[in-house]
Amino acid sequence: MLGGVIHTQTVSQSCIARNEWVCWDYVVSRQSDLTEAFWEHLTITVVAVALGVAVALPLAVLARRSRLFSGSVASTATLIYTIPSVALFSLLFPIAKLSATTVIIGLALYSLAILLRNTLDGLASVAPDAVDAGRGMGYSNWRLLLAVELPLALPAILAGVRIATVSTVALVTVGTLVGFGGFGDIIKRGFSGNFRPEVLTATVATVILALILDALLLALQRATTPWLRERSS
Amino acid sequence: MSVLGGSFLGEVVAWFADPVNWQGPDGVIARLREHLEITGLTVVIAAVIALPVGLWLGHIGRGGALATGISYSGRAAPTYAVLVLLAISPAPFGNNQTSTVTALVLFALSPILTNAYVGIRGVDPDAVDAARGMGLSGWQVLRRVELPLAAPLVISGLRLATTQVIATATIAALVAGGGLGRIITAGFGRQDDVELFAGAVLVAVLALAAELVLGWLQRASARQARPDLSATRRRKDAADAAAEPLTVS
Repeated sequence: MLGGVIHTQTVSQSCIARNEWVCWDYVVSRQSDLTEAFWEHLTITVVAVALGVAVALPLAVLARRSRLFSGSVASTATLIYTIPSVALFSLLFPIAKLSATTVIIGLALYSLAILLRNTLDGLASVAPDAVDAGRGMGYSNWRLLLAVELPLALPAILAGVRIATVSTVALVTVGTLVGFGGFGDIIKRGFSGNFRPEVLTATVATVILALILDALLLALQRATTPWLRERSS
Repeated sequence: MSVLGGSFLGEVVAWFADPVNWQGPDGVIARLREHLEITGLTVVIAAVIALPVGLWLGHIGRGGALATGISYSGRAAPTYAVLVLLAISPAPFGNNQTSTVTALVLFALSPILTNAYVGIRGVDPDAVDAARGMGLSGWQVLRRVELPLAAPLVISGLRLATTQVIATATIAALVAGGGLGRIITAGFGRQDDVELFAGAVLVAVLALAAELVLGWLQRASARQARPDLSATRRRKDAADAAAEPLTVS
């Protein structure tokens, strides 16, 4: 409310006119742009990471049965994350053109690469005793997976989700290449107009979004793995 | 669909076959040279800064939190945003080469420092104790025992930094930089799908080639460091010790 008043009174003398890096007037006056960019950024991130999880989990469960398969899945993952984001989006461009799909598929592939590795590691680290105990109790393979192996692999899987989420938030900005970069679109506009508060605000917002999502996932990790807390305390 | 059909890929092949696209200041050869030059320059600068710090912190056994923090911020920092921030900053920054080099060096520091630190920390303490028992000074222990044993991880840090820089240099083409990314941005500018796709293929091939060559170097150094271990065991050790849990950019 106060910000609005200042804005209407003194635009010409405000930090916007002086092109200052830190400028609250900018945040207030471009609130709707920033909110829109925030939702786009968040949606692309969540959909991309969710897609990555949805593909990585079943693939890892299937792949671990065979050493050859899990080896080739791991090398394919390495192959994917070696491709730079600008190149990956451009390789997908002829298929999905200027759409959020191009960005989402590209970022889902990166998440997939990170999550595959963590899930395979997590499943491999499950104690054989726990598996034996489950078998002794007459668990089917399916129930063993859901009730014993996946819960025990959860810390490693969630660690992967956190890494994938934090790097996805940073990479969404590159999506501005095809016009869907969330805060990246604001940064691009600020660059064209040499408008400092615009670039800095969108940059800080991107970093804060990554930190908030990481904190939420950390809370989820704590809540879903109470046995790890009890052991350490 | 024609996009996925033979005609599109045929056009891409034709693009590569046309010598015009390889020559001149905007040609593949010139852009590749720019990309390699800036990658080499920034990785060397980053190594000169980060290697001594990482090795020393690992040697004295301090700074674990610093290494973790740097590795985390390397992943969370949006490369595109940092490139733009520097490009609109006052001199010596601005829309120039200094800004590009600075941003690229910043992003290369993290994997080099973290891997050097973790590599030295991971050296068998018995080997270090034995060396000290033989009367080696701190410097000699670092130089003759810790460094050779940590070499595979140190090289792994350089490998990650190189792929990171190749990727970030491509993003730099959206801002001020040259390099192969410019073929992609030119393709977008002209709405020429074939050109931008060809540029993307070139960037991907360069990144994969760098990964392959440096990965080979890393395995060779692991063979040198522990000739007594089997290749499988060395691979497992390397995977267990991997400091950087993947950074993409």
